Amino acid sequence: MSDALRFLRTPSGAIGGGIVLFVVLVAALGPYLAPHDPTAPVGIPLTGSSSHAWLGTDFLGRDVLSRVLNGGRSVIGYAAAATVLAYLVGMAIGLIAGYTRSMVDPVLMRTVDVMLAFPPLLFLLVLIAGAGTSITVLIIGVAAIQAPAISRIVRTATLEVSTRGYVEAGIARGERAFAVVGREVLPNILAPVLVDAGLRFTYSILIIASVNFLGLGLQPPNSDWALMISENRTYIQLNAFSVLVPAAMIGLLTIGINLTGDAIARSLGRSYVPRTTRSVTS
Amino acid sequence: MTAAAEPRVVRRETSPVLAFLGRRLLGGLVALFVASILIFAALNVLPGDPASVILGRNATPQAEAVLTKRMQLDRPAAARYADWLGGFLHGDLGLSAVSLAQGQHETVWHQISGPLKNSAILAAIAALFMIPLSIGLGVIGPIYSGKAVDHAISILSLGAIALPEFVTGSLLIGVFFVGLDWLPPVAIVPPGANPLDNPSELVLPVLTLLFASLAAGVRMVRAGMTEVLQTEYVQTARLNGVAERRVLWRYALRNALAPSVQVLAQNLQWLIGGIIITESVFAYPGIGTALVNAVQNRDVTVVQSVAMLIAVVYVLLNLLADLVVMLLVPKLREPA
Repeated sequence: MSDALRFLRTPSGAIGGGIVLFVVLVAALGPYLAPHDPTAPVGIPLTGSSSHAWLGTDFLGRDVLSRVLNGGRSVIGYAAAATVLAYLVGMAIGLIAGYTRSMVDPVLMRTVDVMLAFPPLLFLLVLIAGAGTSITVLIIGVAAIQAPAISRIVRTATLEVSTRGYVEAGIARGERAFAVVGREVLPNILAPVLVDAGLRFTYSILIIASVNFLGLGLQPPNSDWALMISENRTYIQLNAFSVLVPAAMIGLLTIGINLTGDAIARSLGRSYVPRTTRSVTS
Repeated sequence: MTAAAEPRVVRRETSPVLAFLGRRLLGGLVALFVASILIFAALNVLPGDPASVILGRNATPQAEAVLTKRMQLDRPAAARYADWLGGFLHGDLGLSAVSLAQGQHETVWHQISGPLKNSAILAAIAALFMIPLSIGLGVIGPIYSGKAVDHAISILSLGAIALPEFVTGSLLIGVFFVGLDWLPPVAIVPPGANPLDNPSELVLPVLTLLFASLAAGVRMVRAGMTEVLQTEYVQTARLNGVAERRVLWRYALRNALAPSVQVLAQNLQWLIGGIIITESVFAYPGIGTALVNAVQNRDVTVVQSVAMLIAVVYVLLNLLADLVVMLLVPKLREPA
């Protein structure tokens, strides 16, 4: 097995990786396997399991199984979009701050401090109250929450790498800053950044799903696991599947990613250090 | 004591504890000030015209003109910001924008004082369980390092930390209401009633809140304890024949707790974030539900005051953590 996949040999890595693969497959292939239209009623609302609808029907009589099979794409897709956006912005700022050691630096550090003084969910809710309920606002908001911390990590890694000989050699060869950063710095900071990206992806899933659950993100009749829980929870007694199956899917996904991330961090030889801790005396 | 031997370096007048806390307080105030600007800007500058946003579908030019006048939106944003912040500092949160749009004059405080009390009760109960439990469970793990207890605690906490509150809450309802029918799935408190009058309703919300925040706490205390147990002074104490119980509680735990206190404070902060979701899961009439309703109704004045209040509590928790850490670690109390 290649070095990068060594984590799969540990129990938590194998189990976590398997779970993540399962949920991702459900999300990716589910829409093609769904027996019914996820937005059309197929029977009486809130009936239990039957041969017609294996997981019963939801509060509008739609097939729960079909909605579960269709509801994973948005959970994973929007979280991925927010994480990628956060990284594009955070990477750019972090590289500039770390490489040029310019005025960006102190401004960046203070911004992160302010962000830490504010609950992320609250930041999102304020943003939504101001800019309106839409998935675009949600994705931009989640990216904005994460970008400062990402840029701080990238900055630290860049600062460290840019004193190395190969970077100085590039500069001495007269290469432009853009080329040096792209060819020398970027490849060498990738490892720590990738581990961090996994954690941030989980976080994006958690917070986007939470806002969707509150009814302040995706709107009905979208099929989304978080939205399904929110719409059907009043009727949980009538058809528990309509709430518990999407809840289990989200739970499996986030637990799976956490187990995998933990295993990867261990295989890279570092003990797990929660990245939110700050030192006492700083 | 050889105090008279030679004059030492002139002592600084201020105590290092006060200087440290003063720096932290100043930092917190700056963060709150920046936060207040961001909150106000997001709600008042971003979408353009708040009057038409608040009125939504009911917006007519006349209604907008009336609301603009009532909310004094014709004044410059900077002046309105100064008014809001000044009022906030004096405890005057202003009038609810939605009530103004309906021609009433309900104060923000009137809307949120009840929910604020309910949330405080819920959070206090959760914190009451969280702190001793996370210390207890965090300490047990490393003591039984490598045994089944240790593995069970670390796997459970790794799983629990990954679950969002609304999933935990839904699964708990699935087990304790749908499955066992032991506990009610909602925690509805009539206005003016005390949430403690009906304790069985509070069990599931508290469990939901505990689940995630407890897991994070346990992991941190555990990490600190593992590290401390490997230090030389712990080994020296053991070699000197100090009783194991004393080694654990007097030597190890005290030093393991210092970094953990920060994390516990962070967990209390997460509790505040978690409470917004948890209250929605159980329809509990707290500040989180009030905030979510206000966001849905675009009641900007309620949102900005609630957001600011939560930010203040956040910063206060950080300060409290700093203070406790100072008391736990004597080294920090000495001049640098």
